[in-house]
Amino acid sequence: MATVKDFRNEVRPNWCPGCGDFSVQAAIQKALAESGKEPEEVAVISGIGCSGRISGYINSYGFHTIHGRSLPVAQGVKLANRDLTVIASGGDGDGFGIGLHHFMHAARRNMDITYIVMDNNIYGLTKGQTSPTSAQGFKNPKSTPEGNIENALVPAQVALSAGIGFLAQGFSSDIKQLTEIIKAAIAHKGFSLVSVYSPCVTYNKTNTYDWYKENITVVDTIEGYDKTNRIQAMATVMEHKGLVTGILYQNESLKAYEDLIPGYKEEPIVNHELPLSEDFLTKTMKEFV
Amino acid sequence: MLEQLSWKVGGQQGEGIDSTGNILATSLNRHGYFIYGYRHFSSRIKGGHTNYKIRISTKSRLANADYLDILIAFDQETIDFNSHELRENGVLIADAKFNPVAPEGKQIRFFAVPLTKIAEENGSAIMKNMVAVGATAAVLGLSPETFLSYLNDKFLRKGEQVVQNNMNALKAGFQYVIDQGIELSDLKLAPGDGVERLYLTGNDACGFGALAAGVRLMPAYPITPASEIMEYLIKKLPKVGGHVLQTEDEIAAVTMSIGASFGGSRVCTSTSGPGLALMMEGIGLAGITETPIVIFDTQRGGPSTGMPTKHEQSDMYAALWGTHGEIQKIVVAPSNAEECFYMTVDAFNWAEQYQVPTIILTDLALSMSDQTVEKFDFSRVSIDRGNLATQEQLEAVAAGQLFKRYEFTDSKISPRVFPGQKGGIHHVTGVEHTEVGRPTEDKNIRNKMMDKRLGKFDGIELPNSFSFNGDEDFDTLLIGVGSTAGLIDEAMERLQAEGQKVGHLHIKVLNPFPTESVQKFVSKAKKVVVIENNATGQLKNIMRFNGVQGEFISQVKYDGNPYIPSEIFTFVKELN
Repeated sequence: MATVKDFRNEVRPNWCPGCGDFSVQAAIQKALAESGKEPEEVAVISGIGCSGRISGYINSYGFHTIHGRSLPVAQGVKLANRDLTVIASGGDGDGFGIGLHHFMHAARRNMDITYIVMDNNIYGLTKGQTSPTSAQGFKNPKSTPEGNIENALVPAQVALSAGIGFLAQGFSSDIKQLTEIIKAAIAHKGFSLVSVYSPCVTYNKTNTYDWYKENITVVDTIEGYDKTNRIQAMATVMEHKGLVTGILYQNESLKAYEDLIPGYKEEPIVNHELPLSEDFLTKTMKEFV
Repeated sequence: MLEQLSWKVGGQQGEGIDSTGNILATSLNRHGYFIYGYRHFSSRIKGGHTNYKIRISTKSRLANADYLDILIAFDQETIDFNSHELRENGVLIADAKFNPVAPEGKQIRFFAVPLTKIAEENGSAIMKNMVAVGATAAVLGLSPETFLSYLNDKFLRKGEQVVQNNMNALKAGFQYVIDQGIELSDLKLAPGDGVERLYLTGNDACGFGALAAGVRLMPAYPITPASEIMEYLIKKLPKVGGHVLQTEDEIAAVTMSIGASFGGSRVCTSTSGPGLALMMEGIGLAGITETPIVIFDTQRGGPSTGMPTKHEQSDMYAALWGTHGEIQKIVVAPSNAEECFYMTVDAFNWAEQYQVPTIILTDLALSMSDQTVEKFDFSRVSIDRGNLATQEQLEAVAAGQLFKRYEFTDSKISPRVFPGQKGGIHHVTGVEHTEVGRPTEDKNIRNKMMDKRLGKFDGIELPNSFSFNGDEDFDTLLIGVGSTAGLIDEAMERLQAEGQKVGHLHIKVLNPFPTESVQKFVSKAKKVVVIENNATGQLKNIMRFNGVQGEFISQVKYDGNPYIPSEIFTFVKELN
């Protein structure tokens, strides 16, 4: 059985020292090993941005796609081979800016893939522009020197609105919690979002590790919290302006997309014999006579 | 007796125009006539003038005729809009219900047939299409029994009485025309040859071709005039364990296709101009990652929303050069429904053999018009997935090493491997990369990788990249692409009948362009006319871009309608 080492490779990430993404990388590797996966059974599909590089930093099949499109590519991979563990990944600009509608459609479509977002409330790779999850008033010399005049998007609210079946949030400082969340997301049969507060130490001087520590509530500390209650999940997310971690919502009765496709086989498409019988083709052609 | 004639039915959208045309076309196709059916429709659901034009011939004619012999009108608008197409002494059959007014200043044979009334007498007003077909049969000297097999197929499951009612309506229409006692013997149709052939659209043939080629996944977004390819596969793929996923947009359609191909499926998507524009970044990703995907682009009137239900051939530049940066791709352009089938199979094989994005360009006239073609020969269908890693190659990868998915080889094609395979782990990225897919900015590797990707077609001409027919010793060479093939053939025949030596070269592969072969034809010609449906002469310029030397005379048409044969004939004739 594969260990966490088997999911590591020799590449040194080009992330800044102290970047929250290191923890996310480690948690994914640990979660995959602890879930009993082998590296060749896993495909990590990432978008563009600092965090988008993650598909190159995990020893598994990997596809570093284009900005905002990790989810459509990941869904294509899953359709071709339903036996794979497919993880899509990227940052807040990638997933909640340019790729937002793919995220909402993936959530309502409910294919069995896990989407891990590293949210640092800023565009890091382009050197520090305000992002869709940056708070109103957020000051940054690049794009909002006078303060952000737009409202921040709360991804967890969007996810619940889109009908997601598994919603979790994590924080880079808590690798243990994050690993457990990712394991649960991988085990969940359907689309899962793990949105991680992953601070940018270089460009975001507002949403720092300390700031998150002060503002985050761990959902397990909320008395009587019922993660199967979607209304409570939405209320809790709104109450905390999204700053709440843990598994916020899970609906295990939702069927995954693959299980609802008419005529779709247990045997993954990648293994199908492609040529069709002469008899089938002839019968099909007769429809045009 | 007539060897060919042209018939049209018109009325309001949603009034059964399509079914009227289908009864006539399908029945005559079954009796060994060659049919070409062209639909005129508007971008709305119900209402608005629509018509279905059918050309009936004893030999293959893949184009609209110059004029109409028979017009069936369900409303006055149909007469007002279409009677200018009627030839002298043509036939107009109109529903007496709307008190039709015949066009002025033209000698025609006019029948005000109570189509609706006869239909009602036989059970229901919706059967006016049957009455119209019966009236048509009387004009053409065809027996009402000609239509029986179609009626049985269509209505027998609803009971014999329904078949009988329809037949009665048809016969009543037939008899009504006969009873007028007007001379019609000049319109008697020569018999068909009785050979069973197919009657289908280019879109149908593309969908069926994809199925035969082993496609299993199709992420696509609806758009006119491409949706029928998707709709066809929505019906068929569940039968073979495959699936069509209707995506949120064309960006998702193309990128999901890339994922599905990377995952190991044969995959295609379909779109038209606006969708192709949205797919461009994804096509670039397929190019740099050498991921085979097949894209159907059924061209329509552009730019922007343009004329979405009208014909044009103006996406050629976009298909060839729309992506930023420089990639290699295959662009093929079938010219009829038969080629749509076989070239789609070829395209799937070529996409995987050369590991490039592959675009199948059709145009509205080809994608949506029905045509009679010979039955497909499945012995010509084979599936070749190109260079796939062998077990030995995978086992040879040392522990901790990555598979060289982008290995430099003499053929410039590297072995593919699919996720799930042990020993095959590698990285794929839209960033410039090494042989194992690791990002790099090393200038030597960059140059080698660019040369590998761009050089795949060096010295290669794909099979059937063009076709030639006509006089071997031509003076005038007519060159076209896509659905104009049948039109150019007809124009050529008329020019030949006037003593001209004419050849017809049709381009079927736009990239890699068959420059050498085309040059040989062009060099032999005294006059070269490039005929196409766009404003700027795209095909002509693509030939020049690819190094074809010569003087080209450009004939272009971009008003939204296909040519009629006389337009090409007259243009070429007047060049003298």
